[in-house]
Amino acid sequence: MPSLSGAERTGCANLDPMLRILLLLLLGVGIGFLARRRPVVHRTERGVQAVIATLLFVFGTSIGADSSLIRNIGSVGGHAAVIGVLATVGSLLAGVAAQRIIFGKGGRL
Amino acid sequence: MMSNVVTIGCFLLGIGFGLAGYAPDWLLHPSLPSLLLALLIFQVGIGLGAKDNLNEILRSLRVRMLLLPAFTIAGSLLFSAGAVLLLTGRSLAECLAVGSGFGYYSLSSVLIADLGPAAFGEGRAAELAAVALLANVIREVLTLFGLSLFARWCGQVAPISAAGINSMDVCLPGIVRYSGGGSSLVPLAVMHGIALEVSVPLLIGLFCRP
Repeated sequence: MPSLSGAERTGCANLDPMLRILLLLLLGVGIGFLARRRPVVHRTERGVQAVIATLLFVFGTSIGADSSLIRNIGSVGGHAAVIGVLATVGSLLAGVAAQRIIFGKGGRL
Repeated sequence: MMSNVVTIGCFLLGIGFGLAGYAPDWLLHPSLPSLLLALLIFQVGIGLGAKDNLNEILRSLRVRMLLLPAFTIAGSLLFSAGAVLLLTGRSLAECLAVGSGFGYYSLSSVLIADLGPAAFGEGRAAELAAVALLANVIREVLTLFGLSLFARWCGQVAPISAAGINSMDVCLPGIVRYSGGGSSLVPLAVMHGIALEVSVPLLIGLFCRP
Protein backbone atom coordinates (compact mmCIF):
# COMPACT_ATOMS: atom_id res chain seq x y z
CA MET A 1 0.00 0.00 0.00
CA PRO A 2 1.38 3.44 -0.85
CA SER A 3 2.46 5.75 1.96
CA LEU A 4 -0.09 8.53 2.06
CA SER A 5 -2.55 9.30 4.85
CA GLY A 6 -6.29 9.14 4.22
CA ALA A 7 -6.63 12.92 4.23
CA GLU A 8 -3.72 13.40 1.83
CA ARG A 9 -5.19 10.78 -0.48
CA THR A 10 -8.44 12.65 -0.96
CA GLY A 11 -6.67 15.95 -1.29
CA CYS A 12 -8.57 17.40 1.67
CA ALA A 13 -5.70 17.43 4.14
CA ASN A 14 -7.38 19.98 6.41
CA LEU A 15 -10.50 17.85 6.95
CA ASP A 16 -10.46 15.23 9.70
CA PRO A 17 -11.24 11.79 8.11
CA MET A 18 -13.98 11.12 10.68
CA LEU A 19 -15.58 14.51 9.99
CA ARG A 20 -15.33 13.87 6.24
CA ILE A 21 -17.18 10.56 6.66
CA LEU A 22 -19.83 12.10 8.92
CA LEU A 23 -20.42 14.97 6.48
CA LEU A 24 -20.73 12.61 3.52
CA LEU A 25 -23.12 10.38 5.48
CA LEU A 26 -25.30 13.30 6.60
CA LEU A 27 -25.30 14.80 3.09
CA GLY A 28 -26.44 11.45 1.72
CA VAL A 29 -29.18 11.05 4.38
CA GLY A 30 -30.44 14.58 3.61
CA ILE A 31 -30.51 14.03 -0.16
CA GLY A 32 -32.05 10.56 0.27
CA PHE A 33 -34.79 11.95 2.52
CA LEU A 34 -35.59 14.90 0.22
CA ALA A 35 -35.61 12.69 -2.88
CA ARG A 36 -37.31 9.67 -1.24
CA ARG A 37 -40.27 9.78 -3.66
CA ARG A 38 -37.99 9.54 -6.72
CA PRO A 39 -37.42 5.93 -7.88
CA VAL A 40 -33.72 6.52 -8.56
CA VAL A 41 -32.80 6.84 -4.86
CA HIS A 42 -34.31 3.41 -4.16
CA ARG A 43 -31.75 1.89 -6.53
CA THR A 44 -28.83 2.84 -4.27
CA GLU A 45 -28.74 -0.71 -2.85
CA ARG A 46 -27.40 -1.96 -6.21
CA GLY A 47 -24.96 0.95 -6.36
CA VAL A 48 -23.72 0.13 -2.85
CA GLN A 49 -23.20 -3.53 -3.80
CA ALA A 50 -21.31 -2.53 -6.97
CA VAL A 51 -19.04 -0.08 -5.14
CA ILE A 52 -18.39 -2.59 -2.31
CA ALA A 53 -17.47 -5.29 -4.85
CA THR A 54 -15.14 -2.85 -6.66
CA LEU A 55 -13.59 -1.68 -3.39
CA LEU A 56 -12.96 -5.24 -2.23
CA PHE A 57 -11.41 -6.09 -5.59
CA VAL A 58 -9.08 -3.06 -5.30
CA PHE A 59 -8.41 -3.95 -1.64
CA GLY A 60 -7.69 -7.59 -2.57
CA THR A 61 -5.30 -6.47 -5.33
CA SER A 62 -3.29 -4.37 -2.86
CA ILE A 63 -3.16 -7.33 -0.43
CA GLY A 64 -2.08 -9.74 -3.19
CA ALA A 65 0.64 -7.34 -4.31
CA ASP A 66 1.93 -7.05 -0.70
CA SER A 67 4.26 -10.04 -0.26
CA SER A 68 4.86 -9.52 3.49
CA LEU A 69 1.10 -9.55 4.16
CA ILE A 70 0.68 -12.75 2.13
CA ARG A 71 3.47 -14.38 4.19
CA ASN A 72 1.53 -13.54 7.40
CA ILE A 73 -1.89 -14.68 6.18
CA GLY A 74 -2.03 -17.48 8.82
CA SER A 75 -1.70 -15.08 11.74
CA VAL A 76 -4.18 -12.69 10.07
CA GLY A 77 -6.76 -15.50 9.99
CA GLY A 78 -6.06 -16.48 13.62
CA HIS A 79 -6.43 -12.92 14.88
CA ALA A 80 -9.62 -12.48 12.85
CA ALA A 81 -11.11 -15.67 14.35
CA VAL A 82 -10.35 -14.55 17.93
CA ILE A 83 -11.77 -11.02 17.51
CA GLY A 84 -14.75 -12.22 15.44
CA VAL A 85 -15.78 -14.84 18.02
CA LEU A 86 -15.20 -12.49 20.98
CA ALA A 87 -17.25 -9.68 19.37
CA THR A 88 -20.13 -12.10 18.67
CA VAL A 89 -20.09 -13.53 22.21
CA GLY A 90 -19.82 -10.01 23.71
CA SER A 91 -22.82 -8.71 21.80
CA LEU A 92 -24.81 -11.88 22.54
CA LEU A 93 -24.25 -11.40 26.29
CA ALA A 94 -25.03 -7.68 25.91
CA GLY A 95 -28.33 -8.73 24.29
CA VAL A 96 -29.15 -10.95 27.29
CA ALA A 97 -28.37 -8.03 29.65
CA ALA A 98 -30.42 -5.62 27.49
CA GLN A 99 -33.42 -7.96 27.56
CA ARG A 100 -33.34 -8.07 31.38
CA ILE A 101 -32.49 -4.42 32.01
CA ILE A 102 -34.40 -2.62 29.25
CA PHE A 103 -37.36 -4.89 28.67
CA GLY A 104 -37.98 -6.04 32.23
CA LYS A 105 -37.81 -9.31 34.14
CA GLY A 106 -40.09 -11.21 31.80
CA GLY A 107 -38.02 -9.95 28.91
CA ARG A 108 -41.08 -9.22 26.73
CA LEU A 109 -40.90 -6.27 24.32
CA MET B 1 -26.50 -14.67 0.35
CA MET B 2 -25.67 -14.48 -3.36
CA SER B 3 -24.41 -10.90 -3.01
CA ASN B 4 -22.11 -12.07 -0.19
CA VAL B 5 -20.65 -14.73 -2.47
CA VAL B 6 -20.11 -12.13 -5.22
CA THR B 7 -18.39 -9.63 -2.86
CA ILE B 8 -16.11 -12.28 -1.32
CA GLY B 9 -15.44 -13.58 -4.86
CA CYS B 10 -14.35 -10.06 -5.94
CA PHE B 11 -12.02 -9.89 -2.94
CA LEU B 12 -10.44 -13.28 -3.73
CA LEU B 13 -10.18 -12.35 -7.42
CA GLY B 14 -8.39 -9.15 -6.40
CA ILE B 15 -5.90 -11.11 -4.26
CA GLY B 16 -5.24 -13.46 -7.21
CA PHE B 17 -4.80 -10.48 -9.52
CA GLY B 18 -2.32 -8.85 -7.13
CA LEU B 19 -0.45 -12.10 -6.48
CA ALA B 20 -0.04 -12.76 -10.20
CA GLY B 21 1.38 -9.26 -10.65
CA TYR B 22 -1.32 -8.30 -13.19
CA ALA B 23 -2.42 -5.17 -11.31
CA PRO B 24 -1.76 -2.04 -13.38
CA ASP B 25 -0.43 1.06 -11.62
CA TRP B 26 -3.74 2.93 -11.76
CA LEU B 27 -5.42 0.12 -9.80
CA LEU B 28 -2.89 0.57 -6.97
CA HIS B 29 -3.15 4.37 -7.07
CA PRO B 30 -3.63 5.66 -3.49
CA SER B 31 -6.56 7.95 -4.30
CA LEU B 32 -8.71 5.20 -5.86
CA PRO B 33 -9.89 3.51 -2.57
CA SER B 34 -10.61 6.92 -0.99
CA LEU B 35 -12.75 8.06 -3.91
CA LEU B 36 -14.67 4.77 -3.94
CA LEU B 37 -15.11 4.94 -0.16
CA ALA B 38 -16.50 8.49 -0.37
CA LEU B 39 -18.97 7.30 -3.01
CA LEU B 40 -19.91 4.30 -0.83
CA ILE B 41 -20.54 6.37 2.33
CA PHE B 42 -22.60 8.86 0.33
CA GLN B 43 -24.72 6.06 -1.16
CA VAL B 44 -25.20 4.42 2.26
CA GLY B 45 -26.50 7.80 3.49
CA ILE B 46 -28.92 8.15 0.56
CA GLY B 47 -30.20 4.61 1.21
CA LEU B 48 -30.80 5.41 4.90
CA GLY B 49 -32.55 8.71 4.17
CA ALA B 50 -34.78 7.21 1.47
CA LYS B 51 -35.96 4.15 3.45
CA ASP B 52 -39.66 3.61 2.57
CA ASN B 53 -40.66 2.49 6.04
CA LEU B 54 -38.48 4.96 7.98
CA ASN B 55 -41.50 6.91 9.29
CA GLU B 56 -43.33 3.71 10.19
CA ILE B 57 -40.29 2.35 12.03
CA LEU B 58 -39.75 5.62 13.90
CA ARG B 59 -43.43 5.71 14.97
CA SER B 60 -43.37 2.17 16.35
CA LEU B 61 -40.20 2.76 18.35
CA ARG B 62 -40.10 3.06 22.10
CA VAL B 63 -37.35 5.11 23.75
CA ARG B 64 -36.06 2.05 25.61
CA MET B 65 -35.53 0.24 22.29
CA LEU B 66 -32.91 2.86 21.39
CA LEU B 67 -30.77 1.48 24.21
CA LEU B 68 -30.31 -1.89 22.49
CA PRO B 69 -27.71 -0.65 19.95
CA ALA B 70 -25.82 0.96 22.86
CA PHE B 71 -25.74 -2.43 24.65
CA THR B 72 -24.58 -4.17 21.45
CA ILE B 73 -21.80 -1.61 20.91
CA ALA B 74 -20.68 -1.88 24.56
CA GLY B 75 -20.68 -5.72 24.53
CA SER B 76 -18.85 -6.00 21.19
CA LEU B 77 -16.21 -3.46 22.11
CA LEU B 78 -15.68 -4.82 25.64
CA PHE B 79 -15.06 -8.36 24.37
CA SER B 80 -13.04 -7.15 21.35
CA ALA B 81 -10.85 -5.25 23.81
CA GLY B 82 -10.30 -8.58 25.59
CA ALA B 83 -8.55 -9.86 22.46
CA VAL B 84 -5.56 -7.70 23.36
CA LEU B 85 -4.89 -10.15 26.23
CA LEU B 86 -5.01 -13.19 23.90
CA LEU B 87 -3.21 -11.88 20.82
CA THR B 88 0.44 -10.92 20.82
CA GLY B 89 1.37 -7.83 18.87
CA ARG B 90 -2.12 -6.30 18.65
CA SER B 91 -2.84 -2.95 20.27
CA LEU B 92 -6.10 -2.08 22.06
CA ALA B 93 -7.01 0.48 19.35
CA GLU B 94 -6.50 -2.18 16.63
CA CYS B 95 -8.74 -4.72 18.42
CA LEU B 96 -11.42 -2.06 18.99
CA ALA B 97 -11.28 -0.88 15.35
CA VAL B 98 -11.82 -4.47 14.13
CA GLY B 99 -14.62 -5.06 16.69
CA SER B 100 -16.33 -1.85 15.51
CA GLY B 101 -17.31 -3.52 12.24
CA PHE B 102 -20.37 -5.20 13.89
CA GLY B 103 -20.51 -7.67 10.99
CA TYR B 104 -20.24 -5.01 8.24
CA TYR B 105 -17.12 -6.64 6.81
CA SER B 106 -16.93 -4.69 3.57
CA LEU B 107 -17.25 -1.19 4.98
CA SER B 108 -15.13 -1.86 8.09
CA SER B 109 -12.21 -3.29 6.10
CA VAL B 110 -12.09 -0.49 3.53
CA LEU B 111 -12.46 2.14 6.27
CA ILE B 112 -9.50 0.66 8.17
CA ALA B 113 -7.47 0.43 4.93
CA ASP B 114 -8.23 4.11 4.28
CA LEU B 115 -8.06 5.64 7.78
CA GLY B 116 -5.62 3.21 9.43
CA PRO B 117 -2.29 4.27 7.82
CA ALA B 118 -2.21 7.54 9.78
CA ALA B 119 -2.61 5.66 13.09
CA PHE B 120 -0.91 2.30 12.54
CA GLY B 121 1.35 2.76 9.49
CA GLU B 122 0.78 1.58 5.91
CA GLY B 123 1.64 -2.13 6.11
CA ARG B 124 -0.01 -2.63 9.47
CA ALA B 125 -3.22 -0.90 8.34
CA ALA B 126 -3.45 -3.17 5.27
CA GLU B 127 -3.00 -6.23 7.51
CA LEU B 128 -5.55 -4.93 10.02
CA ALA B 129 -8.03 -4.29 7.20
CA ALA B 130 -7.67 -7.96 6.19
CA VAL B 131 -8.21 -8.99 9.85
CA ALA B 132 -11.35 -6.78 9.97
CA LEU B 133 -12.73 -8.32 6.79
CA LEU B 134 -12.27 -11.91 8.03
CA ALA B 135 -13.37 -11.18 11.64
CA ASN B 136 -16.63 -9.60 10.47
CA VAL B 137 -17.28 -12.35 7.91
CA ILE B 138 -16.83 -14.83 10.80
CA ARG B 139 -19.30 -12.82 12.91
CA GLU B 140 -21.89 -12.80 10.11
CA VAL B 141 -21.55 -16.53 9.42
CA LEU B 142 -21.58 -17.49 13.13
CA THR B 143 -24.77 -15.49 13.69
CA LEU B 144 -26.48 -16.61 10.51
CA PHE B 145 -26.04 -20.27 11.39
CA GLY B 146 -26.39 -19.84 15.16
CA LEU B 147 -29.60 -17.76 15.25
CA SER B 148 -31.89 -20.58 16.32
CA LEU B 149 -29.52 -21.66 19.13
CA PHE B 150 -28.96 -18.08 20.29
CA ALA B 151 -32.73 -17.51 20.45
CA ARG B 152 -33.27 -20.77 22.40
CA TRP B 153 -30.45 -20.17 24.89
CA CYS B 154 -30.45 -16.39 25.27
CA GLY B 155 -33.97 -15.07 24.55
CA GLN B 156 -35.50 -13.03 21.76
CA VAL B 157 -33.34 -9.88 21.95
CA ALA B 158 -29.88 -11.49 22.07
CA PRO B 159 -29.95 -12.74 18.43
CA ILE B 160 -30.56 -9.15 17.28
CA SER B 161 -27.48 -8.00 19.21
CA ALA B 162 -25.35 -10.88 17.95
CA ALA B 163 -26.38 -10.15 14.34
CA GLY B 164 -24.98 -6.63 14.66
CA ILE B 165 -25.59 -4.64 11.51
CA ASN B 166 -27.01 -7.72 9.77
CA SER B 167 -30.09 -7.60 12.06
CA MET B 168 -31.73 -5.36 9.45
CA ASP B 169 -31.00 -7.44 6.34
CA VAL B 170 -29.27 -10.85 6.11
CA CYS B 171 -30.30 -12.08 9.57
CA LEU B 172 -33.75 -10.43 9.73
CA PRO B 173 -35.73 -13.43 8.38
CA GLY B 174 -33.98 -15.73 10.89
CA ILE B 175 -34.60 -13.31 13.78
CA VAL B 176 -38.32 -13.17 12.95
CA ARG B 177 -38.49 -16.95 12.54
CA TYR B 178 -36.53 -18.17 15.55
CA SER B 179 -36.91 -15.43 18.20
CA GLY B 180 -40.59 -16.11 18.85
CA GLY B 181 -41.51 -12.43 18.71
CA GLY B 182 -42.68 -12.62 15.09
CA SER B 183 -43.01 -9.39 13.11
CA SER B 184 -43.14 -7.32 16.33
CA LEU B 185 -39.33 -7.63 16.39
CA VAL B 186 -38.90 -6.11 12.91
CA PRO B 187 -38.85 -2.38 13.94
CA LEU B 188 -36.40 -3.14 16.76
CA ALA B 189 -34.13 -5.22 14.49
CA VAL B 190 -34.18 -2.63 11.67
CA MET B 191 -33.60 0.31 14.00
CA HIS B 192 -30.74 -1.63 15.65
CA GLY B 193 -29.12 -2.24 12.24
CA ILE B 194 -29.48 1.42 11.19
CA ALA B 195 -27.96 2.71 14.45
CA LEU B 196 -24.98 0.35 14.06
CA GLU B 197 -24.58 1.25 10.37
CA VAL B 198 -24.18 4.90 11.35
CA SER B 199 -21.81 4.02 14.21
CA VAL B 200 -19.37 1.89 12.12
CA PRO B 201 -17.60 4.79 10.32
CA LEU B 202 -17.70 6.97 13.43
CA LEU B 203 -16.17 4.36 15.76
CA ILE B 204 -13.55 3.19 13.24
CA GLY B 205 -12.67 6.85 12.62
CA LEU B 206 -12.30 7.26 16.38
CA PHE B 207 -10.07 4.20 16.91
CA CYS B 208 -7.95 4.99 13.82
CA ARG B 209 -7.08 8.50 15.02
CA PRO B 210 -3.31 9.08 15.04
